[in-house]
Amino acid sequence: MWAIELPPFVPFYIAAVLAYFTHGKLRSAILLATPILGGLHLLMVPEGIYWQTEFMDYNLTPYKVDSLSLIFGYAFHIAAFIAVLYALHVKDTVQQVAGMIYAGSALGAVFAGDLITLFVFWEFLALSSAFLIFARRTTRAYFAGIRYLIFQVTSGVLLMIGLLFHAAETGSIEFSQIGTGSIGGWLIFIAFGIKCAFPFLHTWLTDAYPESTPTGTVFLSAFTTKVAVYALARGYPGTELLVYIGAAMACFPIFFAVIENDLRRVLAYSLINQVGFMVVGVGIGTALSINGAVSHAFNDIIFKGLLFMTMGAVLQMTGRINGSDLGGLYKTMPRTTLFCIVGAASISAFPLFSGFVSKSMVMSAAIEQGYDWVWLMLLFSAAGVFHHAGIKIPYFAFFAHDSGIRVSDPPINMQLAMFVAAVLCVTIGVFPSLLYSLLPYDTGYNPYDATHVLAQTQLLFFSALAFVWLNLRKMYPPELRSTNLDFDWVYRRLFPSFVKGVFDRIAAIGRLNSALADRLVALSPTLAKQFGPDGALSSTHPVGSMVKWVIVLLAAYLILSFI
Amino acid sequence: MSDPDLKHDHITDDRVYFFDKPQNVKMLMRVFYACCAILVALDFVINRYTYHTLENLWAFYPIYGFIGCVVLVIVAKWMRLVLMRDEDYYDKDEEARLNTISRPRTQEDHHVGH
Repeated sequence: MWAIELPPFVPFYIAAVLAYFTHGKLRSAILLATPILGGLHLLMVPEGIYWQTEFMDYNLTPYKVDSLSLIFGYAFHIAAFIAVLYALHVKDTVQQVAGMIYAGSALGAVFAGDLITLFVFWEFLALSSAFLIFARRTTRAYFAGIRYLIFQVTSGVLLMIGLLFHAAETGSIEFSQIGTGSIGGWLIFIAFGIKCAFPFLHTWLTDAYPESTPTGTVFLSAFTTKVAVYALARGYPGTELLVYIGAAMACFPIFFAVIENDLRRVLAYSLINQVGFMVVGVGIGTALSINGAVSHAFNDIIFKGLLFMTMGAVLQMTGRINGSDLGGLYKTMPRTTLFCIVGAASISAFPLFSGFVSKSMVMSAAIEQGYDWVWLMLLFSAAGVFHHAGIKIPYFAFFAHDSGIRVSDPPINMQLAMFVAAVLCVTIGVFPSLLYSLLPYDTGYNPYDATHVLAQTQLLFFSALAFVWLNLRKMYPPELRSTNLDFDWVYRRLFPSFVKGVFDRIAAIGRLNSALADRLVALSPTLAKQFGPDGALSSTHPVGSMVKWVIVLLAAYLILSFI
Repeated sequence: MSDPDLKHDHITDDRVYFFDKPQNVKMLMRVFYACCAILVALDFVINRYTYHTLENLWAFYPIYGFIGCVVLVIVAKWMRLVLMRDEDYYDKDEEARLNTISRPRTQEDHHVGH
């Protein structure tokens, strides 16, 4: 266990096997001990350690440690611990085994030194996480899980093809800077983009995450997209296209989030919005912006997990998650309410909460590098995040009109998990140096100067004022039971109805053919007369008659040649 | 989700909670408005450095935050006109497809969580 060369995914895979064969307290102990011991082990692992092996003439590096992979490694151990603690009461082997494999695969991916190893863990991530969606065992979850799997597997296939191209072009499968200068580079870029929820490739996330179990979504929110951010930070730092993709990701989901009724789907949209900030950071590519992207990923894993946990608690206790059905829960769920507010303050980047110390880095980097419009977009989305995630989530779930639902706070393990996450949010917010010391670069950045604090506080208070004003003017869109069309409409409605149209045409042609066949059948008595046993065309003739006819023909030919 | 999901009963209680009292809400709102006013006033007191010329405009951040959010909500309301459908918009298709592949599914479909 303590061998320094032991890759961090191994304990999680072992725990998954053990979890399958054990139950009750023993299983709980194994599940909890894995991220704790694994995390302590990782703290002792120095940078630069690696493990190499040969495979079909390729130099594989299944385990490689540097500062970038280490910080994601720490974050994933924390996330796994919190998620396991949160799900400790769940008696569903599928979820517990899948959760462990999923967390282990994420760790395997961030410590992968080559693209083939990355591909293997990329696929394990896809498969194991799909079971967390299927585990909800509803019709919706079943179909959402299938669609999710199709997206994830497509990403894996593109990564596979891309890495083959890349290997042929460069002769190396090392996972380092790839860039978009070649076909292989582009294919891998799109593969990462799918997992990173780029615009138009994002619908798997908003489709499937809200359909998972209350505890499954907490796992899901932590790993897949952050592995993709890591992969982009490793392979495509400084790719300018990412700045614009990221800015789009930061902006468009907040519009959907404002009108969405399912509060976990609101959080799914806001997850894309936060990942947008990270993608911008990776795209700018300076030391400050990469630090910003990485630290924001670290913080997002915790505060987004916290928000999903509070909404999971609401779903678990009330059986409802639509804003239109909820309200007034603060009365009997005071602790969950408090945790939700901490999470909301963190994602909104209030000073003294974790989001502030990382988001401001990306914004500062954008303005320093002269991306004025991108900076304005990020500023807009920073205000918008507060609007939908910071205010809307706590307001419609815990305050607003009283729904009359009176349920208590969730089981103690769920409360503890939320408590741990909330404490981390505040601790990182108050003592950012704890987080900064883990970052890949030393930039001497200080978020707590008068300029940043005042600007951010003004921005947030006045977006809150906008919320209050719109509410008082009755202009705020009420929560309505509804489905909002997103890009997934194209493959859930447009494409199927197009295919149905084509098949209907084919069926029509088939009907035409069968009419033709009827004609042929009607014709058959006549044909039978000719070709039947006594028909003129089926009678046999002796060889002699053939010879006779040949002679006749030759004679005719002879006569004709003399004329 | 539909009613079978509801596992816990409604308990109607007569207790009066913090925000049930209008004076508490009023007080909270007053504190909030005061904070907003103070934050704008601080602009004159604190001499901050700026990266961008826009930041030199009077009360740039408060105005940007306020207008940004109002625009966000208005645009989102327009989007509803185009994008909003019934809650079971996709469900009907899925139910139909489920019947064609005749996967054995019964009450479990309505069972949330565990």
